Order: sequence, then C-alpha cells, then structure tokens
Amino acid sequence: MSILVNQRTKVICQGFTGKQGTFHSQQCIDYGTRLVGGVTPGRGGERHLELPVFDTVLDAVRATGAVASMIYVPAPYAADAILEAADAGIELVVCITEGVPVNDMVRVKATLAGSATRLIGPNCPGIITPGECKIGIMPGFIHRKGCVGIVSRSGTLTYETVFQTSNNGLGQSTCVGIGGDPVRGMNFIDVIELFERDPQTEGIIMVGEIGGSDEEAAAEHIRRYVSKPVVAYIAGVTAPAGKRMGHAGAVIAGGKGTAADKYRALEAARVRTVKSPAELGSAMAELLGKRRAAALKHAASQASKAARASAAVLPRPRAPKRSAPKPARAASRKPVRAASRQRLRKPARKRARARR
Amino acid sequence: MNLHEYQAKKLLASYGIPVPDGRVAASADEAVEAAAALGGQVWVVKAQVHAGGRGKAGGVKVARDAQQVRAAASAMLGQRLVTKQTAADGLPIERVYVETGSDIARELYLSLTLNRERGRIAVVASAAGGMDIEQVAQSTPEQILSVTVHPASGLEPFQCRQLGFGLGLAPKQIEQFQLILKGLYRLYLERDASLIEINPLIVTKGGALLALDAKIDIEANALFRQKEMAALRDPGQEDPMELRASEHDLNYVSLDGNIACMVNGAGLAMATMDLIKLHGGQPANFLDVGGGATSDRVTAAFQLILSNPQVRAILVNIFGGIVRCDLIADGIINAVQNVGVSVPVVVRLEGTNAREARERLAASGLAIIAALDLTDAAKKVIAAAKATKRQAA
Repeated sequence: MSILVNQRTKVICQGFTGKQGTFHSQQCIDYGTRLVGGVTPGRGGERHLELPVFDTVLDAVRATGAVASMIYVPAPYAADAILEAADAGIELVVCITEGVPVNDMVRVKATLAGSATRLIGPNCPGIITPGECKIGIMPGFIHRKGCVGIVSRSGTLTYETVFQTSNNGLGQSTCVGIGGDPVRGMNFIDVIELFERDPQTEGIIMVGEIGGSDEEAAAEHIRRYVSKPVVAYIAGVTAPAGKRMGHAGAVIAGGKGTAADKYRALEAARVRTVKSPAELGSAMAELLGKRRAAALKHAASQASKAARASAAVLPRPRAPKRSAPKPARAASRKPVRAASRQRLRKPARKRARARR
Repeated sequence: MNLHEYQAKKLLASYGIPVPDGRVAASADEAVEAAAALGGQVWVVKAQVHAGGRGKAGGVKVARDAQQVRAAASAMLGQRLVTKQTAADGLPIERVYVETGSDIARELYLSLTLNRERGRIAVVASAAGGMDIEQVAQSTPEQILSVTVHPASGLEPFQCRQLGFGLGLAPKQIEQFQLILKGLYRLYLERDASLIEINPLIVTKGGALLALDAKIDIEANALFRQKEMAALRDPGQEDPMELRASEHDLNYVSLDGNIACMVNGAGLAMATMDLIKLHGGQPANFLDVGGGATSDRVTAAFQLILSNPQVRAILVNIFGGIVRCDLIADGIINAVQNVGVSVPVVVRLEGTNAREARERLAASGLAIIAALDLTDAAKKVIAAAKATKRQAA
C-alpha cells in the first residue's frame, strides 16, 4: 500500500509539449509512471514522447481513463488548468507551476471545495510512491520503497529527508510535497490523515517552514488522531520577520508564523522535533526502533498475561502454550500493526502513556 | 511590491474611496507650491517611505503656514527615515506628500488581506484605529472584527453592516462605509493586491469617513498582468543587494552575520541558515539560486555574496536532483576562478554524480573545502569564518 498513487495510477500531463512538461514527462516515464498522454490546446491528435496529445483534459480522460494529472502550464494559465482537470473528473491534480497569483488560488480553492478532486500544490515538487509512480520533478533515484511517509512544504528539503531515510534503510511509503504557496490544495493534515490509515506507513516525517499556521493545525490533529510516530522539522528559525524567504508563503507576518511557535505547538503534541534537518532520518530510525522493541515487549507481556489469566481460569496445561506464542509471532512479523491494533481499544490519553 | 502612500491614495480615489486632497513634492519649493494649490490653513507634510511608524519617527509634521511647510519638507527630503519597521539605516526620503489637514472625531482601522487558514480574503476592522493593530490584536482581541469573503459571491452587504455596526458607526454612515468596502474589495481583486490597510480611517467632525493613511501591497506573482502597478515600483526603497539579486532572478535576503550561503531551493536555504546558527555561526544572507543552479547563476550569486564586506566565509549547499552535481561543481570552479573569491568556500554537494563532483573540486587546485554532509558543512564553514576573522584582525 501507499497513499494517493501507485503503479496502476494513470497519469496525464497538462502543458505536455512545453519544455518543462516534455523533460519531466520523460523522467516520469523512465521512472515507471503510467503516463498515458498529455494535453496541449491546439495540438490534439499529435503524438509526443510516443503518447497521444489532446486538446482538452476532458478528451484525454475519455480516451485514456486517466485519474491523475500533473501540470506544468505557465503561472498565468495554471489556475485554469487546475479547474479544467477538476471539471473533467481528475481525482488527483498535481500542480508543479511556481508563481500562481494568490487571488487565482483563492478562486480555485473555493471551486474545488466539496468536489472529489484533490489538489497537490501549486509550487511543489509533486508526489512519489517509490518504485511505482512519480508525478513531479523530484529525482527518482534517491527514493527507496519503505515505511516512512514524508510530507513537506519544501522541495529540496524533501529530497534531503528522502536521502536520509533511504540511506538508513527505512525507505519511504509515499512522499508528498504540498508546496510553498500560502493558498494550496492538500495540507499537512490531509496527508497525515492518509498516512495514519496507510498500513505501509509506520512513521511520518513532516517538514514545515515559517509562515501561516498549518503546522500548528497539524500538531493539534496529530495530538488527537495520530498513533504513528511523527518527526518534524521547521525551517526558518533564523528568518527575519516581514521578509519573504523564497517561497511565497514563507513569511512571518504580524508576529505570526514563527518557527518557535510551530515548534512549541508540535512539542506540545508530543511530536519528536529536530532542530537540525540532518537529524530527520536518524530521529525517525530511533523512534521506529523503540516502537518496534516496545511492540515486541508489549506483545510478549500481553502473551504472558494471557497465559497467566487462562492458567488461572482454565488450568489446562495446553491453553497457555497455544495462546502465548501466537501474538509474539505476529508481533515479530508486523510489529507496528500489532501494536496499533492494541492501542485502538484504549482512549487517547492512555495510548500516549502506553507509547512511552 | 509596496506602493507609496501618495500612489495608494490616488488608487483609492479612483475606486471612489474618499481621501484628503494632497500633492506629492520632491523639493521644499514644490511642497510650498502644493500647499498653496491645496489651500486651507492646516497641512500635513508626510515623508514617503515604504514603512509604517512614520509619525513617531518624525516623518509626519503638521504645518500652519508656508514657512512651516517649507521647514518640514526641507527637514525630511534627502534624509533617511528610521522607523521601527525599517532597518537600522532607515529608508531614503525622496518625496513628501502634502495634504490638507482633517478634523478627526474618531480613528478606525480597516484592512483587506489574505486569511491563509480559510484561503479567502479577509476584511479586518477595529474601532482602535491609529494604533499598532498587531498590538491591539494581542492585548484586546475583542476589538478586532473580521469577515472572510467567498470569492463566488463577493463581499456581501450584510458583512459590511456587521463590520460597520460593530465599529459603532451611525446608521447614516453605514451606507458610505459599505461603498468604501465594496470599492476596496474591487480594488483588491482588480489590482491583485496582497494588502490594503487604512489606518486610520477617520470619522470627521462632520460625520464623513475619510482614509487618512493608506498602505497597499501588490502581489509580486501577479505583476505580469498588472503593468500599471508594476510601473509604480520605487527601487530606491528596496535593499540594494536584494534589488540586484532580483535582476538575476535570485532570491536573496540580507542578514546580519558573516557566513554567506548559496543554496538551491528555498526550504534548504532556510535550513542552511538555521544550521549555521545552530552550530554557533551567524548567516549573512538567505540565497536561493533555484533548481537550475547554472554556471551563470552561480557566478552572479558569488558576485552578489562577495559585495557584502561582512562576509568571512561562504557555504555552498546544493542538493542536485535533476541537475547533475558535476555540472554544478564546474559552475562553482568557473565562478571562483572568474570572480576571484577571497574568502574560504565550503562546498557540500549531494545527489546525482556527487562523487564525481567532489573529485572535480579536489582536482581544481582551488582552495575549496569539501564537506561530507550538512552538519560537517556547517562546522567547517564556521571554523573557516573564524580563521578568516583572525587573519583580518
């Protein structure tokens, strides 16, 4: 499993025949993404990269059955491209384009609200499920299939995180770059919610930055609903107030959106925060290691408790033997899932204690 | 992109929002002429800089005759105004705005800006006008009124009434208030503003509403379709380094430290500054050379960085994704040779062809210090900066 995209996901590219669209479409095809065509108005009927070109997204969807779209359309036309994809029934729209005017995105967001379309971006690296599907501009080769879900507002910081979790052997389930703009599609909470439900994802790394309060909202969500370990880093501790740090959304405005506030909110939600981006991978490895050990220990103690209980009630010699090894074996195979099943039965506060 | 007050007021007037009569002046003579043309007995002479807090900093003076107008204008023009919103060296006053004085009965606050949480434009109003609104929001949040606008329906009359009555306006003023809000919302959309702030919006003794001050920011990403607004840009009010960077399509922000950074990607650029600080150094700048990081851009970036005399060492931190690291290494070698870099350069390259890149840097014979990873890079550049500082001293 993974979230949002896998090897079956049929993808089209909007802005297919442009320079960026061509280059990155080829990279995605080489990675193994199931790219089934592209859209460039006025070029319908042609072939590009050995794939069909369509005039409209609707034509492309009807002909190919595509469910996802990646957009490289220039900023002045990007909002229109997103709305066209949504109107054609595309389920996942990934808008890579940087520099889309905020007022355009305000309109897009209001139009998409309540629709079945999910938007990632704009101004983002895209989404990748390693070994299966890459929709975006990230370098595919640094990824490894694995157990960490990554969600980030920054492109190159996502790559750093991926690189570290590939090197220490954890690998990634899916990585989602939600983008650096102030008004965007999917947010931390939307992605974290999916990671929490995804069995392949054992831990979640979130990379935030200054500006807005999405990290604070995510912290509250994690505190209430997330059982998997979360590691977080916030970029911009040294950023001066009032200055836009590259990303349109990375600005401390009116004293709000500081890294310190975000760290405070995340720490209050018992998220493991790191002050150095170089420690994201090792912190996750440590948490998952502890969790696996705890799950094993927990399963073992449950087993012996069960053994004692059944020994007391039913003093038959065979009963404890049968029940004891079972959970232990299950735990060694799928330690985290066994542990989260246990936790689901307990109220939130007890859960947090059990984790420690 | 910020507008000057005089530009903002002209724009407001064109959207039917009442503003005091005023004229802009670039010399004391012009200021006196402006006052004469405006007529009346009281004028306000206001320094035109891209920063708030002008009143307390001496950038707003009331004048009651031509001589006082001249005195106020000549005291301001050609000087730099330092307010709590500017850098320590302030901003140059190249123009003053001469305005007819107004009778103030009440001072209100009004602004339109993006509400990021809702993803909608918010209209914020307060009866505590003329003050620092952030402070009001913190100490007396109940004095802040706010509505957000659905883009499909636009600003609704009931929202205007909600704000207007909330401000304690008289029923006969509500109509004028509604016209002002409708005009502001239309301006915000049509001109791609990211902020319109009127602080204060005054109620005159005669009961009329008047925008006494105005701050308008236009969204940089929308300037491609806002040629008229783009023409109002005043580069004299911008940080010269940041201005130069924008000419090369580089994202640069000046900071106070002595370790310069050159990074690809905004997030990694911020993280690099944070790392330097975390390990005991002080970053001199934020610099995102973008995903491309071509030789030309790297050269331009080196030139930019080195024009800051504070810089004692440079950290280049590139995560090569689609771009190959060995090509970036060539760019760095070229730049260091062409620009003549006089301070130590620590380079951390990771990603595609990183090993080849390191070999090329080592073989170049240049004094480039190779770093193994992020932490190593931060430590090495801090050590290098300390060593340079000692040499300089």
